[in-house]
Amino acid sequence: MYITRWKTLGILLTTLVVCFFVVPNFLPEKVVQSWPKWAQRQIVLGLDLQGGSHILLEVDTNTVRKEKVESLRDDVRRVVRDNRLGSPAAAVVRGNSVEFRAREGVDRTLALTKLRELSQPLGGILSATGQRNVDVVDAGGGLIRLTPTEPALVERIRQSIEQSIQIVERRVNELGTVEPSIQRQGIDRVLVQVPGLQDPSRLKELLGKTAKLSFRMVDQTTPADQAVQSGRVPPESEILYGTKTEGKTPYLIERRVLVSGEDLTDAQPGFDQRNGEPIVTFRFNNNGARRFAQVTQENVGRPFAIVLDNEVISAPVIREPILGGSGQISGSFTVQGANDLAILLRAGALPAPLTIIEERTVGPGLGQDSIEKGIRASWIGSVMVSVFMIATYGLFGVIATVAVTINVVMIMGILSLFGATLTLPGIAGIVLTVGMAVDSNVLIYERVREEVRSGRSAISSLDAGFTRALATIIDSNTTTFIAAAVLFFVGSGAVRGFALTLGIGIITTVFTAFTLTRLMVAAWFKLFRPKTIPI
Amino acid sequence: MRLLRLVPDDTKFDFMRFRHISFPLSAVMSILAIVLYFSHGLNFGIDFVGGTLIEVQSKAGPADLSRMRTQLNGLNFGDVQLQQFGAPSDVLIRIPQQPGGEDAQQQAVAKVRATLGDAVDYRRVEVVGPRISTELLSYGTLGLMLAIIGILIYLWFRFEWQFALGAMIANIHDIVLTIGFMSLLQLDFDLSSIAALLTILGYSLNDTVVIYDRIREMLRRYKRMPTPELINIAINATLSRSIITHVTVTLALLSLLIFGGPTIHSFTAAMTFGAVLVGTYTSIFIASPLLIYLGVGLGREREAREEAAAAASAKAAPAKT
Repeated sequence: MYITRWKTLGILLTTLVVCFFVVPNFLPEKVVQSWPKWAQRQIVLGLDLQGGSHILLEVDTNTVRKEKVESLRDDVRRVVRDNRLGSPAAAVVRGNSVEFRAREGVDRTLALTKLRELSQPLGGILSATGQRNVDVVDAGGGLIRLTPTEPALVERIRQSIEQSIQIVERRVNELGTVEPSIQRQGIDRVLVQVPGLQDPSRLKELLGKTAKLSFRMVDQTTPADQAVQSGRVPPESEILYGTKTEGKTPYLIERRVLVSGEDLTDAQPGFDQRNGEPIVTFRFNNNGARRFAQVTQENVGRPFAIVLDNEVISAPVIREPILGGSGQISGSFTVQGANDLAILLRAGALPAPLTIIEERTVGPGLGQDSIEKGIRASWIGSVMVSVFMIATYGLFGVIATVAVTINVVMIMGILSLFGATLTLPGIAGIVLTVGMAVDSNVLIYERVREEVRSGRSAISSLDAGFTRALATIIDSNTTTFIAAAVLFFVGSGAVRGFALTLGIGIITTVFTAFTLTRLMVAAWFKLFRPKTIPI
Repeated sequence: MRLLRLVPDDTKFDFMRFRHISFPLSAVMSILAIVLYFSHGLNFGIDFVGGTLIEVQSKAGPADLSRMRTQLNGLNFGDVQLQQFGAPSDVLIRIPQQPGGEDAQQQAVAKVRATLGDAVDYRRVEVVGPRISTELLSYGTLGLMLAIIGILIYLWFRFEWQFALGAMIANIHDIVLTIGFMSLLQLDFDLSSIAALLTILGYSLNDTVVIYDRIREMLRRYKRMPTPELINIAINATLSRSIITHVTVTLALLSLLIFGGPTIHSFTAAMTFGAVLVGTYTSIFIASPLLIYLGVGLGREREAREEAAAAASAKAAPAKT
């Protein structure tokens, strides 16, 4: 049972350091903030304990793919127009490709050569992969088929998701909540976690909008009602409807975008000076201001439309040229509506729509209840286990209780050290660890008893008991550890918290069994030199 | 002070004889569990089938369940379930997955909020869309299988293959019985149930490994002892430990079950059943006697015979000359 002085020191020091990391959790924030950064780490309470909203969003990658093909079609039309290869409208999207049939009499090889120019090496000319962004194929019979390559699409999707995360971040930060967390998850998902948010309706509203803003002219060649009824829509225009507050009136709007939301530099909610209605004022960048000035100059007296996500917010008549590069949108908003629109415009448009695929919101009341119940269950469980251990093993039961107590403190210390999240199932994991951790002590004590009964002396029983039990402790704990590790990697959210505390608990259990329990028993032996062992 | 002795020293129970009872018993129970699973099914939570779960607390005393039920049934969500949850003012509302993809689920929540209004506090809202639920189910099943395989490989390394196989059969037995139990009581089967099953797996194995460890140690030491007798001694030697640990784990789990609140009730109930009622029984009455049938120690007995024969012939040989 002899342990060298250095070993003893090492064990005590490790234990103390790990336990020390628990301290910041119990001190007022002011005190902790004056400490060095490394000592400030604390346990993070999961959303199920502190309340808040967990929202998992998925980026609609199909839209990204579709848009990529559509922009390729526009490129083809440009090439066709510039080189007089035929009617630009002959380039159409079919499935995942763009197909174009050159006009009779046009040199097909010229058409093919010109369209081949659209195919560029992926990642710029310096990239060495040899992959291109578009496949151009002569499909025979004068038909040329252009398809965006998979690597090009994957790259575009990757960019869209990164962009989406940035925009989601900006939108969420506008809500003014404390420490929201926005993370990418998997390939095409974004996880938004907002502690303390009780009703996520507004957040969901903000995240559910793509916020693609465009200024376009209203097509006045046909009245909108007539176009809707006859179904005859001019090819360069489309029918869009007004927002709900606007009464869902149909509008015939030109497809051509005069100025888009990308050219906005700022947007703020405000009130109309004439009638006090909530409005959104905005400011264009140089490019946008110039174009807007030009368009309004040319179209005085005609209506133009402000379109957000394919809904017409308003369609005012241009009374005079707007040259200052700023304007206002009034669309029978509520104060909140104007505020939200300003947030969306400032944050920018999402490259693709986001869909909420999972939501878990816990109110602060339930969180508090869970903390209280969890703590109560922990105390009661620990006390019952301790009482039972002391009743069974006496002094050695006290040693086991001390070991388990330190064990729990160390679990909390490690959780703090990594800034890990504690959830309600996580608390359950700690309680379960209390029940299972004493097993290592039980294994040791029972083994020692067996050795005593087989007639060994006190010291050699202790030695043999410890040595033999430790192999079993490792074996039996490894199995539970494997289960916890698997759970950690496949589980999500609160269940992951359970796997975490259970796994950490197993490590600390093995540590305390090998070191602290042994140390305490050795110290007791050294002090009293007993002839028999009282278990 | 006299210490508590749950198990007297030097017990000599003939556990191996019980296998003629325990094996048929476990077989019948397992079949019952499987029949239950196929006839009653599991009460899958929204994690695995999608849908919406809302926990509300009535602001004005006990909740009027029947009134809320009429209100919510008016929304035509299909089979909406309402259940008192913990305190009389708390109600758990389950709405099945709505047709129409991910957005339809969100609209359902908005409608419930509009219908129940401010008369209640929304303590918890969970919405799991069709895509996530499919994924969670496949991840959960995958995790369970990975854990079993991982543990099997570990045991194979540390012991002989017979031990690994025995432990695995015992393991599957535990899982089947626990699933049957969950089906019988219609406990929520969700992501935390997978966690419970994995914990049961770990705990039951923990117990089994302690006995196996002793069996292995004795196999090395007593080469000539018949295997059933040897396993009996190993179980008796570790019996005190098995019972004491069993009690401590039970105490911890019971405190969670009774004081941990309704949110983790299904989780702790499954764990208590699996770990406390099944786990220890399996280690002693299933996992250990299985080793006899798997042929543990056969090689050792042959070795011992050969050694004896060799010794005998060595003795005989010099006599001849």
